[in-house]
Amino acid sequence: MNLDFSDDQKQLQDQVRRFLAERCTSAAVRRIVETDETFDRPLYAGLAEMGVLGAAIPEEYGGVGLSKLELCLFAEELGRVIAPVPVSSSIYLAAEFLLLAGTEAQKKAWLPKLAAGEIVGTFAVTEGTGRTTPDKIRASVRNGRLSGGKVAVPDGAAADLAVVAARHGTGDGADAISLYLVDLRGPGVERTVLTTLDPSRKAASFTFTDTPAERLGGTGDGWHIAGQVMDRAAILMAFEQVGGSDRALEMARDYALDRMAFGRPIGSFQAIKHMLADMYVSATLARSNCYYAAWALSTDAAELPVAAATARVSATQSFQHCAKNNIQTHGGMGFTWAFDCHLYYRRSNALALSLGSLSTWESLLIERMRGGNAAVA
Amino acid sequence: MDFEDSPEEADFRARVRAWIRDNAPRHLEAELKTAGFADNGIRSTDPLTACRAWQKQKYDAGWACLHWPKDYGGGGYQPIQRVIFGQEEGLYAALSGPFGIGQGMCGPTLMAWAAEAHKQRYLPPLASGEEIWCQLFSEPASGSDLAGLRTRAEPATDGSGDWIINGQKIWTSGAHRSEFGLLITRTDPSVPKHKGLTMFFLDMRSPGVEVRPIKQANGQSEFNEVYFTDVRIPDGQRLGAVGQGWEVSLTTLMNERLSIGSGMSLGFPELFAFCLEAEIDGRPAVDDSAVRSRLATYAVRQSGLKYTGMRAITALSKGQTPGPENSIGKLVAGTAMQELAMFALDLQGAAGVEMGDDQPLQGRFQKMLMRSPATRIEGGSDEILRNIIGERVLGLPGDVRVDKTVAFRDIPTSGRQKA
Repeated sequence: MNLDFSDDQKQLQDQVRRFLAERCTSAAVRRIVETDETFDRPLYAGLAEMGVLGAAIPEEYGGVGLSKLELCLFAEELGRVIAPVPVSSSIYLAAEFLLLAGTEAQKKAWLPKLAAGEIVGTFAVTEGTGRTTPDKIRASVRNGRLSGGKVAVPDGAAADLAVVAARHGTGDGADAISLYLVDLRGPGVERTVLTTLDPSRKAASFTFTDTPAERLGGTGDGWHIAGQVMDRAAILMAFEQVGGSDRALEMARDYALDRMAFGRPIGSFQAIKHMLADMYVSATLARSNCYYAAWALSTDAAELPVAAATARVSATQSFQHCAKNNIQTHGGMGFTWAFDCHLYYRRSNALALSLGSLSTWESLLIERMRGGNAAVA
Repeated sequence: MDFEDSPEEADFRARVRAWIRDNAPRHLEAELKTAGFADNGIRSTDPLTACRAWQKQKYDAGWACLHWPKDYGGGGYQPIQRVIFGQEEGLYAALSGPFGIGQGMCGPTLMAWAAEAHKQRYLPPLASGEEIWCQLFSEPASGSDLAGLRTRAEPATDGSGDWIINGQKIWTSGAHRSEFGLLITRTDPSVPKHKGLTMFFLDMRSPGVEVRPIKQANGQSEFNEVYFTDVRIPDGQRLGAVGQGWEVSLTTLMNERLSIGSGMSLGFPELFAFCLEAEIDGRPAVDDSAVRSRLATYAVRQSGLKYTGMRAITALSKGQTPGPENSIGKLVAGTAMQELAMFALDLQGAAGVEMGDDQPLQGRFQKMLMRSPATRIEGGSDEILRNIIGERVLGLPGDVRVDKTVAFRDIPTSGRQKA
């Protein structure tokens, strides 16, 4: 039995933590939040140089060739400091799509650039409100040209390359959907940067008009591939959420120790103490569920779909819980722009919607348990 | 990461598995599968006799109290080996119920504080199940505030050096079938509360000890009241110095919190199975999005506890001490069981009020509903556990206390009387 990361892996995590503590300060996050700068390019370049971006990409495609386990721990650190960089879109999603479904030529063309941070990738699937299902995809490709629109594309402001889900034919079924690689700096792309809950990661909407599009994976396989990639990305995202949970809890704990009221540190009041204990409980449950999912991810286990949904639901609940009660612990100060509490609250709620909302994942978890994917309990 | 045994662990598991295969009381297997709260399911024979027989069999083969030293009747094994034995023992572990408190809490306390001769005398029969121990701590006026206890121990006036005990304990599990008890008393009311306590152990058959079962809110009787009237205890049965009782009790309580809540079932598999069967508007309940949301919430709590436990086993396997994350077990389980039971009953509709044995799942959720309030209180209430997490794990300051520096006898005893 070994449900823990190795000492070597923890040492690498520690290096990334120290790098981020120095380079991804509150001031760095706020520079992105408060300006039109799309993401922290020097930080992103630094992460590429450290091998964080290429951690789980094979060396032949310009990566470092570590495993998904290391990437899980790096994700936790990025979540801890709510890093204003597009790692999840570019690495957990775009690079994973290429690794899973790309041709040799596509992998060679794009993966080294993604690993080096020279370009930013993303996944464009959403077209409207509500759970995204195949019948809601109206964007279509004919003769290698994409037309249609996508909304709320994560890191859309920064992205150079998108994996786009679009229909290649008629019908509402999943087999009408294929995936396409689209150069977002090329012709026929109209980009609108959006005002969102979390301006530390700038989303965009796109209108495509006869945009050149190259198929990724088999015709009609798009929905299936996307499901596999989303499960893997959900696990990495859950590690970001666990990192964010821990940091929000630490901020609340530190404030509860320092802040005096009625002649005592507020952390000595049970109302505060018990709220923080409950945050610890949520964060611990999420972390343990994530460790199991990390095992499933790194071994490509049959249990991966249930493990991913479990980690995702648990980590979403935990980060939202910790971020909102971090504000509550800070009282009025927590509602000021000057304190960082709102940055975590924003990120927790944005991540809860990214990759499919909480209710979507709850439903997926139960569908999968019902399908006998694996016994969670 | 993996879920495999190390080669040594695999060897050990194979030995345990073979022994259990050859020795377990298989004729009880069907009954043990019907086990519920405070009920190991045994009907065909006296349940306690069945428990004692299995315990003695384990003891004779060297499988009792695996992590205790061999000199005291244990197996001299590592904590991880104890975990493996428990996994392999499976449903037969329900036969260990009557010995849990004695072996889990009283034994370690004796090991830390008793004289060598007493350890030699009392620990082996505790391990073998031939002598059962109970823990006499809580009182009607001191539950969470254990140090507020009032049972008095006074030196006998006959010069024997014995102590005379008067007072009352409550919530004592298994007192009615115990040979011995671990008893915390107040020996000095003139000093602050934590400083005037002294720990003893006593023979439960001593004159003046009276055990009365408590009829609980759910109708069962798992616990007792124990009354002490001029009960005499030799000074040699004192554990620790006079006035050191609080320190001694912490040894016991530390072990209590490790044992209660680890590996608790929240009843999730049963609820999930029920939601596949039950219907809402002619469709399986599990198709309903509100049902799915609730199920998912319980599923991730159940799995979170399971994998938290596996992280602890990982630490043990590496020869390390598990981290503080294990302190969440009972806190999560108690509330989850209560909520889960209420949800299951909601799905049963008006028929959910029936709790007879002929009801779906033998009234399992109804029984869970009625037992779960106790889970949230026993062995450290939800509130005490949150204090422990807040103070010992997160490092928050303790509450301001009005009772710590005054003499115990000067502490007010009623909320309505003037201090």
